[in-house]
Amino acid sequence: MSRYSVFSLLANALTGQTRWQPAWRDAAPKPRYDVIIVGGGGHGLATAYYLAKEHGIRNVAVLEKGYIGSGNAGRNTTIIRSNYLLPGNEPFYEWSMKLWEGLEQDLNYNAMVSQRGVLNLYHSDAQRDAYARRGNAMRLSGADSELLDEAGVRAHAPFLNFDNARFPIKGGLLQRRGGTARHDAVVWGYARAADQLGVDIVQNCEVTGFLRENGAVVGVETTRGPIHAGKVGLAVAGSTSRLTRLLDLRMPIESHVLTAFVSEGLKPLVPGVVTFGMGHFYISQSDKGGLVFGGDIDGYNSYAQRGNLPVVEDVCEAGMALMPQIGRLRMLRSWGGIMDMSMDGSPIIDVGPLPGLYLNCGWNYGGFKATPASGWCFAWTLAKDAPHALNAAYRLDRFRTGHIIDEKGVGPQPNLH
Amino acid sequence: MRLPCPYCGLRDSHEFSYLGDAAPQRPDPAAADAAEAFHDYVYLRDNPAGTLRELWYHGAGCRRWVIVERDTRTHAIAGATFAAGERP
Repeated sequence: MSRYSVFSLLANALTGQTRWQPAWRDAAPKPRYDVIIVGGGGHGLATAYYLAKEHGIRNVAVLEKGYIGSGNAGRNTTIIRSNYLLPGNEPFYEWSMKLWEGLEQDLNYNAMVSQRGVLNLYHSDAQRDAYARRGNAMRLSGADSELLDEAGVRAHAPFLNFDNARFPIKGGLLQRRGGTARHDAVVWGYARAADQLGVDIVQNCEVTGFLRENGAVVGVETTRGPIHAGKVGLAVAGSTSRLTRLLDLRMPIESHVLTAFVSEGLKPLVPGVVTFGMGHFYISQSDKGGLVFGGDIDGYNSYAQRGNLPVVEDVCEAGMALMPQIGRLRMLRSWGGIMDMSMDGSPIIDVGPLPGLYLNCGWNYGGFKATPASGWCFAWTLAKDAPHALNAAYRLDRFRTGHIIDEKGVGPQPNLH
Repeated sequence: MRLPCPYCGLRDSHEFSYLGDAAPQRPDPAAADAAEAFHDYVYLRDNPAGTLRELWYHGAGCRRWVIVERDTRTHAIAGATFAAGERP
């Protein structure tokens, strides 16, 4: 398979764009693999890629029940950032940010990583103090942060509604290295790079059960027959409970639907990402020109990949408070993804809880930005049978031992994270 | 989505607050296995893709706790009862 370069572009242009090869093979499942990753989203494909690249484990299959990237990888708002507070989180997300920065060269694929900044607005003194603390925590972990005053925000995003009497914009926490990436290209880039290293990407292959021997997981039953494996890793986001139920395991996870929206296209308006501090609302502009925005989850357990109208109203109200001019835009589409909301709002990347089983789940609605580090750390955990220091805090048993990572401080209530 | 409150009738879900699965019951803190039982009660959930009996609070209506039986894949609602009669 060829490398993409300016020369391959020119050569294909001269031959009428007829000689492009598929970016990855449509593999049929073999009877046995060293490692099976269940879930062909960004996290699963990244895991397979780093297993092959960093650890030399190439007899790997990624099993996807539909087509790759058809779950949450294709149903998010494409934001990348590392602006977390807690010690268990921030080093992990900063590592993810660093991997994003070198991703395209690493994968030889244009993921359209665009570091135009993530700006979190604050509207009160208390919120400024909280953001100052978060910005300092970010810097302690090697990330960048800038606390802007109102003039700074006016310079960065002059189109915001600064005259809002109820929620005046007092400033913001800016991470200039944050931004957006093209979600599908991330999936395709990892798939192509993993495939080139020998990973089998098996689509339309739904896992329907697990093969067990003496309590250990030794493979999976699928709609395309049983497949044996030395290790089985789950990276299935909102479907985690559905699969662990087949193993009689109950998880500290609830599945909730999160809706995102895109408007009709318009000329460049929003630089990077802006988030509203007095309601849950985040907005950016895609390279095609549409405003991409979202807010809260619907708030009740859901496996329906579509949201309900109250959240549409809520998100649009917050958007109007922040940028009244978007009231004249038409909404083009909305889409819902099933989030694996964990009990403390933080993810789980861990060995076990059964021999041969490995977990990557609990991403709440922060999974997209974590894609590279999630794959990198999960690959490490699978290869070495122990977590890396970066995901050492993301243990499943932290709920039993009390070492929870509750970034928002709302307690074990998944619909509030 | 509208929920059939047993007292107020069919009402917009906006009027309700959500708590979650109605199945977990607070364990006896004096029991020998209390630590394990509380871990189950506080953190572990069945999270079914299908029928779920869940607790809603009708804050903008009769202000009673209601158990709604709902399909989490379709939001089809099979029925609702007051929680008070069912829970000790």
